[in-house]
Amino acid sequence: MSNIAKAFAGGKAFIPFITCGDPDLETTAAVVRAAAAAGADLIELGIPFSDPTAEGPVIQGANIRALKGGVTTDKIFDLVRELRRDVTIPMVFMTYANVVFSYGAEKFISTCAETGIDGLILPDLPFEEKEEFQPVCKKHSVDLISLIAPTSANRIAMIAREAEGFIYIVSSLGVTGVRSEIKTDLASIVNVIRENTKIPCAIGFGISTPEQARRMSGLSDGVIVGSAIIRLLEKYGKDSPEYVGEYVRQMKQAVRIAMMK
Amino acid sequence: MTNPNGRFGIYGGQYIPETLMNAVIELEEAYNHYKNDPQFNAELTELFNEYAGRPSRLYYAAKMTDDLGGAKIYLKREDLNHTGAHKINNVLGQALLAKKMGKTRLIAETGAGQHGVATATAAALMGMECVVFMGEEDTKRQALNVYRMKLLGATVIPVSTGTATLKDAVSEAMREWTSRISDTHYCLGSVMGPHPFPTIVRDFQAVISKEIKRQIMQKEGRLPDAVIACVGGGSNAIGSFYHFIEDKDVRLIGCEAAGRGIDTFETAATISTGSVGIFHGMKSYFCQDKFGQIAPVYSISAGLDYPGVGPEHAWLHDMGRAEYVAVTDEEAVGAFEYLARTEGIIPAIESAHAVSHAMKLAPTLDKDKIIVVTISGRGDKDCAAIARYRGEDIHE
Repeated sequence: MSNIAKAFAGGKAFIPFITCGDPDLETTAAVVRAAAAAGADLIELGIPFSDPTAEGPVIQGANIRALKGGVTTDKIFDLVRELRRDVTIPMVFMTYANVVFSYGAEKFISTCAETGIDGLILPDLPFEEKEEFQPVCKKHSVDLISLIAPTSANRIAMIAREAEGFIYIVSSLGVTGVRSEIKTDLASIVNVIRENTKIPCAIGFGISTPEQARRMSGLSDGVIVGSAIIRLLEKYGKDSPEYVGEYVRQMKQAVRIAMMK
Repeated sequence: MTNPNGRFGIYGGQYIPETLMNAVIELEEAYNHYKNDPQFNAELTELFNEYAGRPSRLYYAAKMTDDLGGAKIYLKREDLNHTGAHKINNVLGQALLAKKMGKTRLIAETGAGQHGVATATAAALMGMECVVFMGEEDTKRQALNVYRMKLLGATVIPVSTGTATLKDAVSEAMREWTSRISDTHYCLGSVMGPHPFPTIVRDFQAVISKEIKRQIMQKEGRLPDAVIACVGGGSNAIGSFYHFIEDKDVRLIGCEAAGRGIDTFETAATISTGSVGIFHGMKSYFCQDKFGQIAPVYSISAGLDYPGVGPEHAWLHDMGRAEYVAVTDEEAVGAFEYLARTEGIIPAIESAHAVSHAMKLAPTLDKDKIIVVTISGRGDKDCAAIARYRGEDIHE
């Protein structure tokens, strides 16, 4: 069982996304610990990229703030080493292909394994291009997470069959960001996934309220929340950890309710 | 030249969100069908000839040749096309293809505004909705083109993220495409982005070198010794080079924008100063730092102000089939003024980068040598900016 599977072993998972270095790495570390203490099952750590083409304005803002603060890939690996002294839940990186490519795939992915990163989410690396990093990920037992979108249609089975860790289901068209309504027929997508793989699937993009979290985790094995957390960081800065902790507690509670139904 | 998997050597590929994969697959299938369809090609030729004014002239620049005292210089006059640049070639092809695919809406990015104007033009002609993304900085540098697009019925969305220039306009157009795919075609303006765009755009622009070859054979009875074109993403250059790639004796020279110089941070010369990376859907050369963060680039030319280059150029560079040289703002402005005075032709500041290199190369070659320089666009749009560069403030 990959380490990521543990996040889903106890039922529906709540997965917060945090951009490293927004507003600084000390705050990131405190926010990760607060989220873990509040019941987060897996942490998605964003390595900022100058031109995050899959992100909406909220996470774009976090990327810019973090890079302005001088964050680099090396400093983020140091952060992970420091976090791994006491944070035991699975952690994955979310970044863009060029961040991995320019660091050197071998060096980047082996450092992931060495520091305790369990998986890698690269929104600009579709199924057709995964050979770029997949062999190196396999070598170091770092799961390369596959994404499935509302437009995937005839591609779902193919992607699901080769997926590792967990499947990231993109709830809606467009970029990341809070949405009032999610209209995609996610139940049908999940059905096709279930027919093709046993690994868990979590839904992300647009989820911010406990009600949405309850509904989405009812359809799948967990939910991923990014922009709503980044908004708290944007608002409270260095004081965010307690607010993020409280938010994660509420969302995890909503996900638990979904499980009981 | 494209591999079956959409690669040029190691370059190219499809590094895009899963949300867009079926859209590019659908585009590739449609293109593979229509590119060999006689009806489609007849319609496109009709548009090229009757609407865009093709074939464009291959003009012998006698005064320039005499003045420089070396190789004979011919100018491929893409500036004489409808809308004033080579961009119309690609846009007419893509708009016609989009229409055949049942799309009703075109979105595009634009730097200098030439591609945006061309897309707005094709949309007006074909009765399609049009939205153009343009860096906020560029909307100021190229206010006239913003007005032209609006006049043609397009919506222009200023992009204020990042450096508020061409790369940010591309990112925003990609974001828009992921949110609305079923009725929308992303009319990419250069030989870049994910496969199949670099191939589609190249094929539509290849009409330039096809015509040059025929015209130079008529005028000189032989192939040129060099073909020179400016390179941002690289569409007019690949269009100018394409039918000469197999003619190994023809030197192919791409001119990148060095901005204030390739030894400064204010440059956009990707091949001269960049390294291999993955961005905007493709593997190619990019201006970036050691952690893969895309570098802010600079050029006086909004159309060359892009931190990457098309994957086929990266490949031609690595194979040594094409040469890439860097031309500074100062040199380009000099060439802009020189061509105006010498031949009575005001080139786009982008094209002036190619003219500048021709001015360096021609005197080093014998008089029986032949150089073709592609004038990718006309320079009306640049007059205010060049005046400012020379310290003269004129109002457009």
